[in-house]
Amino acid sequence: MMHLPVQLTWLIPTLPAAAAAVIAVVPARRPGLGAGLALAALAGSLILAVLALGGALADPATRLTHTFTWFAVGHGAIRLGWLLDPLGTLLAVMVAAVGLLIFTFSLGYLREDPRAKQFFCFLSLFAGAMLGLLLANSLLLLFVCWELVGLASYLLIGFWFQRPAAAQAARKAFITTRIGDLGLLLGLVWLQDATGTLLLFDGGRGVLEAEALSTLAGATTVGGLAVSTAIGLLLFCGAAGKSGQVPLHVWLPDAMEGPTPVSALIHAATMVAAGVFLVARVFPLLAADLALPLAPVHALSVVAAVGAVTSLFGAAVAVAQDDIKRVLAFSTVSQLGYMMLAAGTGAWTAAIFHLLTHACFKALLFLGAGSVIHATHHEQDIRRLGGLRERLPVTGATFAVGMMALAGVPFLFSGFWSKEAILHAAHGWAVSQLPFLVALAAVALTAFYMTRLLAEVFAGAPRGHGAETAHESPAVMTIPLVVLAIASVSLGFLGTPWWPWLQRTLDPTFKAEAGGAGLMAVSIALVATGILAGWTRYGRHPRSDARAPDPLARSVPRLHGALAARLGCDELYAATLGRLNAALAAAASALDRSVWDGCVRFLARLGVYAGIVSRETDEKALNGGFNAAGDGLRASGRAYARTQTGDAHGYVWMLAAGFVLLALGALLGEAR
Amino acid sequence: MNSWPILTLVVLAPWAGAALLGLRPGLGDRASRWLGLAFSLSTAALGAALLAGFDPARPGLQFVERHAWIRSLNVHYHLGLDGLSLVLVLLTAAVAPAAQLSGWGRAGPARVPTLLLLLLQGAALGVFLAQDFFPWFTCWELSLVPAYFLIRLWGGPGAARAAYQFVIYTIGGSAFLLAGFAALFASTGTFDFGQLAQLGRDGALTEQLGPWGVRAAFAGVLLGLAVKVPLWPFHTWLPPAYAAAPTGTVMLLTGVLSKMGMYGFLRLLWPLFPAQLHAAAPALLALAVAGIVLGAWAALRQEDLRRMLAYSSINHLGYCLAALFAVAAAAGGERPAAEAAAAALAGLVLQLFNHGVTAAALFLGVGILEARAGGRSGLGDFGGLRATAPALAAFAGVAFFASLGLPGLSGFVGEFLIFRGLFGLHPAAAVLALPGLLATAQFLLTAWRRVFHGPVQGAAAGFSPLTAAERSALVLLTVLMILPGVAPGILTSLTHPLVTAWAGHLTP
Repeated sequence: MMHLPVQLTWLIPTLPAAAAAVIAVVPARRPGLGAGLALAALAGSLILAVLALGGALADPATRLTHTFTWFAVGHGAIRLGWLLDPLGTLLAVMVAAVGLLIFTFSLGYLREDPRAKQFFCFLSLFAGAMLGLLLANSLLLLFVCWELVGLASYLLIGFWFQRPAAAQAARKAFITTRIGDLGLLLGLVWLQDATGTLLLFDGGRGVLEAEALSTLAGATTVGGLAVSTAIGLLLFCGAAGKSGQVPLHVWLPDAMEGPTPVSALIHAATMVAAGVFLVARVFPLLAADLALPLAPVHALSVVAAVGAVTSLFGAAVAVAQDDIKRVLAFSTVSQLGYMMLAAGTGAWTAAIFHLLTHACFKALLFLGAGSVIHATHHEQDIRRLGGLRERLPVTGATFAVGMMALAGVPFLFSGFWSKEAILHAAHGWAVSQLPFLVALAAVALTAFYMTRLLAEVFAGAPRGHGAETAHESPAVMTIPLVVLAIASVSLGFLGTPWWPWLQRTLDPTFKAEAGGAGLMAVSIALVATGILAGWTRYGRHPRSDARAPDPLARSVPRLHGALAARLGCDELYAATLGRLNAALAAAASALDRSVWDGCVRFLARLGVYAGIVSRETDEKALNGGFNAAGDGLRASGRAYARTQTGDAHGYVWMLAAGFVLLALGALLGEAR
Repeated sequence: MNSWPILTLVVLAPWAGAALLGLRPGLGDRASRWLGLAFSLSTAALGAALLAGFDPARPGLQFVERHAWIRSLNVHYHLGLDGLSLVLVLLTAAVAPAAQLSGWGRAGPARVPTLLLLLLQGAALGVFLAQDFFPWFTCWELSLVPAYFLIRLWGGPGAARAAYQFVIYTIGGSAFLLAGFAALFASTGTFDFGQLAQLGRDGALTEQLGPWGVRAAFAGVLLGLAVKVPLWPFHTWLPPAYAAAPTGTVMLLTGVLSKMGMYGFLRLLWPLFPAQLHAAAPALLALAVAGIVLGAWAALRQEDLRRMLAYSSINHLGYCLAALFAVAAAAGGERPAAEAAAAALAGLVLQLFNHGVTAAALFLGVGILEARAGGRSGLGDFGGLRATAPALAAFAGVAFFASLGLPGLSGFVGEFLIFRGLFGLHPAAAVLALPGLLATAQFLLTAWRRVFHGPVQGAAAGFSPLTAAERSALVLLTVLMILPGVAPGILTSLTHPLVTAWAGHLTP
């Protein structure tokens, strides 16, 4: 098989990025041209990514890198580079493949939108930046691409920018993730300062190689933390922002204001997983402090704790959402929490396994939701849907596959295997069993809310006009669903406990551990409980009309209300951080208006007053000043004065004052 | 060494255009505009020649012209150019024609404003090229005259007061600067920057002026430059001036004239007073960081695009100041800081160029809005512009994101290098400056949402398309925001040996 030479890696991200640039300048009269170009470029990237993967798999132990100088600074240079290893290339293939399906789906979804050209431009920009992020051998290049996917995300969330909610959500997403990104940036400059490079692998001198790692773990900084811990946590800030981890998760549900294919591609399958990818990428750095048993905190423990909290939080809030996309959005938050939990407990290969399976089934679910929304004239409220099983047979069947994969229905579905790998890792974590128990609770909740979603949308009878008149979407939209459904089943078999091919490929030192049958039984029981509970409440007796209250709202109204309000995070932030920020802005502005401007006005008034008083004595003052500095200067001072504006009076006076001050200073200085 | 006095040509060409316009009172608007554009482009043409003849491997002055001028005062006509000057000449070459083009849609006679803009351009170039205090200060002060009249006569509401405050405040600062140099001259007998820098390095200045004398001279020069940049809290003249000035003038003010102050810091203050700057640097660094953070926060409060961008300029130049002060503070320290210092200084120079282009583009965008909205530039006066003016939105979008430091555009590289250097030299300052980056994103995206997004409302309805002049100016500046973002080497290579030499002075 042909392999991609590592020097040509740049082609993979550049093809879609160049397509975006071309689409941006072609006239809007040819919308088909833009879409065709975007698809062709991404298909090209997919082929190249597959070739790159082939090369990386052929010899997983040696990392193919290609480094080049961006520009010189001081005695060194800022160097960037590409890296072809199983982790990056595998995800690149996934991003290109899922992306291609979603691009195809978008052809149908946005057929009537007059700005479809722009949509494909932004999607291509996203694909290029995301592929660059995955294949970068430099944290700086990674950061550049990281911010560019953030830009693409901003543009696509706000695609329908005339809707205030969309405009607001886009801004919120950019700023919330930027909070995390500032941590990431700080981590980068620290890393550059401490090691002199931001290259990941550089023949022994990269930041992920033994020499740098031992230096970083050996030095301590504020609070007794190892430098590697502090930098690792700063990098994790960026990952947490991008991957919607609590407390920076608030932007992700709002991002659903974007067109649904965007939600599928960026806010479910690929970009939001970039945080998990980053954690996996810099895993050696995060794990460097494990060698220090006395460290006050280990970076990975923080990752695991944040992941555990996020997984439960997202699952709990998803239970009480009524918007089909928001249920899926909170489910994404929860699943990303799982991945972080896995990485935090050391099983980063399990995190990537779940990342891959989740990308397929979550893209499937979102595109299914898109198909529903498209078919029902933009109805997203599950209370007004229902009865779509007969009307949208392909969408319904594939959505059910996605639901079972996400819920972790045993054996046949990919989500089961990847989730099992995570639970296994959490169970074996030496530090604490708490994340494991939290994750188990989230397993049951996941099965519950997904059953609820499936039942509300597809079972029973239609409860709104949109659902009554729905027709199955065209083939350009349903074929991607079928392909993703097949992948949602088959991908799981890449990482079963009996044949953990994926884990071994990613990490040649991976060792499959025996046992876990008991654990598997527990998790199967929890999934069954969740599904059963969901079915008895929502499936057996579907609600009769859209206004009927949710069964949970009847039995536990206060809990349901709190969950429906997303546990008040947005309100809390607005009341604390938002207010603090506004107060600081007001203070900065007031400081200018009253204090500094007041000083200036005072000085000006003093100057005017002094000018009036000294008008008579001006000549003396001037002469006194000039005499102190010598005769020659008088001529030059006057020459200067003549070049000034007509308003020379005050100026000359100030000049004189300055001279007096200076002369005094000089005299005092000499006297000492 | 050169047969052609090319640097003299650089300075005189715009003035020749101004003279031509001045001598032909009957010249029509159209002819005046084309003449103004042609002469403002002279810097670009000569800049290309400079670029071709410039040897980036040499850190010293090139294309030097030195002639005795006023023998009794030992004043020389001394021009020279190093990498820093070249970058700023190229910046002027880009911003000045764009500023000329911005006025093409304006009603009323074009001859005098065009003339004044050319005068301003020549004065700025003189500042960037002069190597003797006498011609330098002449150009420094001369720049105020056209700026004053441009603001006073063609400015928006509040122009009279703003122009007065601008001129008096900066002249007030300059008086101290002049006094400082007068003291230096009185004791050393020279105005030459190179000779003074040598004396400063040797410590001879301190010997001759005495410790307090040299401190007073330092303080005077510092004050003059601090007002010009401006360094927080000497900035209060800036928002009213930027709010009132006509578009072309404000483009030159923020794009070029604000760089004069920073250039003075690098050419005058740091070389002449290394020890004094080192001693004052921690306090100055605190002021620079305050400017970064409070400038951004104050911008968040503004309800007018011009005032918001004015505060944004304070914030962005704060990064340059912070970089310099951090380097000066670290001089002679224990930490081997040459690499961090080189990064900070390289970032500083990049940031000068990038901020000049970006801020000019942003103000050009505001000018385009005002021209179609009856002079309004409030955040609440528009809405949904992206629907009615997609081309303007695309250009402005690039400028907004360049300004907030998006990688791939020009602002990022400079800010990354500055933060990388700042962290290496003074980690606390880097951490304290970070909220500035966040607040910048916040006010820019809030302004973007209010003006460009949402339903079409206010003055956004019935927006006429961009004129050819506006489009050319925007294209020019947009290219210059993308190119250095992708390939910063084209700028850093010009200053690389210079910056390395600067940073090398730190470690004795």
